[in-house]
Amino acid sequence: MAKKRILPIPGIWSFTVPVNAAAGALLGYMVGSTNGAPFTGLLLGALFAGALAYVLVQHVGSRRTGRLIGAAATAVVGFLIAGFAGFVFGAFVGLILSWFAYWVGLGLYRAGLPSYATMGEVLWHNSFHLICGLIFFFLIAPIVVVIPLSFNAQDFFTFTPEMLALDPAGYSLKHYQDFFTNPDWTRPLRNSFTIAPLATILAVSFGTLAAIGLSQSHVPGRRAIMAILISPMIVPLIISATGMFFFYSKLGNWMEGSLGMSRDLVGYIKVVLAHAALGIPFVIITVTATLVGFDRSLTRAAASLGAGPVRTFFKVQMPLILPGVISGALFAFITSFDEVVVVLFVGSAAQKTLPWQMFTGLREQISPTILAVATVLVFFSILLLTTVEFLRRRSERLRGITPS
Amino acid sequence: MSDTTQTGPMRAADGTPLKKSLARALRRQKLRALMLIAPLLIFILVTFIAPIADMLFRSVENQIVADTLPNTVRALKSWDPETGELPGEPVFAGLAVDLQTAAELKIHTKLGSRLNYESPGISSLFRQSGRKVDDIGKEFQKRFVALHPAWKSGETWAALMGSDEWLEQARGWSRDQGPEPRFRLRKSAANALPRTGEVYLAFARDVQGTGRKAVSAEKPWPVLFTALAQDLGQASPEDIAAIDGPAAPLVQQAAAAISSFEPYSYRDAFIQMDKAWGEIGTWEVIKLYSPRYTPAYFLNAVDLELTPHGIEPAPENERIYLKLFWRTLWMSLLITFCCLALGYPVAWLLANLPSSKSNLLMILVLLPFWTSLLVRTSAWKILLQQQGVINDVLVWLGLIDDANRLVMINNKFGTIVAMTHILLPFMILPLFSVMKTIPPTYLRAAKSLGATPWTAFWRVYFPQSVPGIGAGSILVFILAIGYYITPELVGGTQGVFISNRIAYHISTSLNWGLAAALGSILLAAVLVLYYTYDKIVGIDNVKLG
Repeated sequence: MAKKRILPIPGIWSFTVPVNAAAGALLGYMVGSTNGAPFTGLLLGALFAGALAYVLVQHVGSRRTGRLIGAAATAVVGFLIAGFAGFVFGAFVGLILSWFAYWVGLGLYRAGLPSYATMGEVLWHNSFHLICGLIFFFLIAPIVVVIPLSFNAQDFFTFTPEMLALDPAGYSLKHYQDFFTNPDWTRPLRNSFTIAPLATILAVSFGTLAAIGLSQSHVPGRRAIMAILISPMIVPLIISATGMFFFYSKLGNWMEGSLGMSRDLVGYIKVVLAHAALGIPFVIITVTATLVGFDRSLTRAAASLGAGPVRTFFKVQMPLILPGVISGALFAFITSFDEVVVVLFVGSAAQKTLPWQMFTGLREQISPTILAVATVLVFFSILLLTTVEFLRRRSERLRGITPS
Repeated sequence: MSDTTQTGPMRAADGTPLKKSLARALRRQKLRALMLIAPLLIFILVTFIAPIADMLFRSVENQIVADTLPNTVRALKSWDPETGELPGEPVFAGLAVDLQTAAELKIHTKLGSRLNYESPGISSLFRQSGRKVDDIGKEFQKRFVALHPAWKSGETWAALMGSDEWLEQARGWSRDQGPEPRFRLRKSAANALPRTGEVYLAFARDVQGTGRKAVSAEKPWPVLFTALAQDLGQASPEDIAAIDGPAAPLVQQAAAAISSFEPYSYRDAFIQMDKAWGEIGTWEVIKLYSPRYTPAYFLNAVDLELTPHGIEPAPENERIYLKLFWRTLWMSLLITFCCLALGYPVAWLLANLPSSKSNLLMILVLLPFWTSLLVRTSAWKILLQQQGVINDVLVWLGLIDDANRLVMINNKFGTIVAMTHILLPFMILPLFSVMKTIPPTYLRAAKSLGATPWTAFWRVYFPQSVPGIGAGSILVFILAIGYYITPELVGGTQGVFISNRIAYHISTSLNWGLAAALGSILLAAVLVLYYTYDKIVGIDNVKLG
């Protein structure tokens, strides 16, 4: 697989220009139809893209310069059609068009394939990548779309003409302001950040101990125990919620009646217990996975040097399994933080969490503040994802060092 | 060891036999492992397994009829609905006592709504009769008061039914001393007058529960007179004579006079109160649901009905559950299939790209995985709306007319698209981890031996990826059949699952038994799948992220 293989250059008139013209025609058709003249757009788009491709491939050797030229030319055209917004979109489209021109014109589409690949194989290879690209788009686009919409100055759930014209008046932070000042949202936010950490602490402390127990070499009935401990993850939430609804109301009555606790406190205890139960399987799974690669001779070495079991645990075992514990904790946290069904059934209005408020918001009076909340949560999950990835790599590195 | 000629068992350093010593060490090790697991195991058993068990119990539990109408249920045992005749006077007499007591305790409406699930309209019968039923008690009260005016006072009743010890304690009680001493029945009176004893106990508990007045200061319930009249009519003279305490002469006088009471027909009184008491159907329902456990909820959950004439299919317009189960099943299958169709190519690409690129692309899979379910559902709700982004773009491109925007939400399509998006990472991740282990050289080897790319894929690669397909599909399917939030928000009426019906019964119709039965059926289905998953993948091999 020589990287610097010379790729066959397709014919400029027989292949590059027609293909680019077709792409340009498609884009031109779209632009044209929004302006009421689809076929003029199609024709002009084809001419423009074909010409651009010819100029770039034949006369501009440096691809970077070429792409700049393409972007600039299309931006000017866009500006003429739709002003400033047209300029920005045009530059973007131009970048894509000029990239496409080089990709087709220099035969880069064969880059990932052996030189003996037939035309059918080349076509399939690239369509396959296109299909995968579309699936990735399907995965990520809904999440990304929410972000710009959350800055909408209107109470609409779609792009307003002002937003599309990139007019600053079309954007505002008012939904964010509402989110951070309206008690309808701040109270659930506070509740979420009270319940989730408590549930996480419970889940992690019980879960880590049990995972260590499970990783010992002789555990009677390990399979059965494991099945019970994992069950909260397997049983559908609606069933867990139904069961908990019946059982926890009795538990709550007992705590209020016999232990004399206040109604609110009991409500929080119920939700925290329920969420801890739901988070435990994740802790078990991640911590057990880390313990699989744990070198037992280290604990034996610690014992032979005179450390007690507790000291061994905190000084030797814990630092090594810490990445697993933390990522288990993050899973438990996000489980509780995201959870709606159980809190809906077990909690009362005082324990309303953020997802619960979003759920009612979506079901009853859909308020655009939800978009702002969603955006904040997306960034929150990016943060969590980054942390988990970091920890996973660190754990792999640590395990790479210790001989197994 | 080789130079000794030891014949006995091998021994450890401290002289105990090695076998025993090893066994002890093993036992200690097991114990330590169990001690580490025990706290969590107990925690899960209490916070998770117990609620599930409670739900299973609730799906067959039916205590309320026997608890609220104990005398009626007992008397109904000897009644056979097949005769086509109304139950006899003892049943109505029992109902008179039970219903009055229930009405005083305000629990008759609960029973009414319970039976209303089985026979619509019965709840209003209970509600209305509950309001009028103490006319029966007042009639008897009049008769007893005519015998002796002392019957009107609560003190007489307390003296008759309360034990001597309790009377002693209660005499000195005033409200500022805290709650009144707990009421206790007089044994001789409870023995001679069993129904009166039960009713009076309920009365005393109720008065002491509110704590406002002393038991003896509260006006006696009219139902006490009904119960007393019934008991005196049946009690043996020896038992009556055995009643001791301050009110004994009074009750003995009443016992002597009871035979001179004008005959009273409880049946006529009830039929006058509401015609429905004279209908056999009402009594059939009560008899049918008097056992403490009933299969009725499960039968309802599969569109059957428990009727006096056996198990029958529910009326045509009420058969929704089988349809819902069926829809849940095939929509979950469809979603699983969509996830597989979209997930397979992506997993293949991720597994075959160099790791620097695949790690980058993996983020695109993991980000949705980590993003809140509500965020993704709201995103789809916003995208799919008629005034939403997708419709706008389609109109903008001139593909559809502004007047004919596509309806993509609040129907099956919305549910399938949104759930496919939400569950797709759960398909990609197991597929990826299996495909990662398939050496790419196999494909090349197949091709070099003359296979076409398709044959090489289908005969060599695909069979090796089947475990991943199995794992991902079962995982997605299990998750899909229990989904609630997404169908609820984007499914409308046509795209909802069985779980939405469970939630409806929990929070709106309050038919908790039926919700529990539906949940139990769903749970059974999931457990079967879970077992299969465990056999195919092994639960220890579940990986996250």
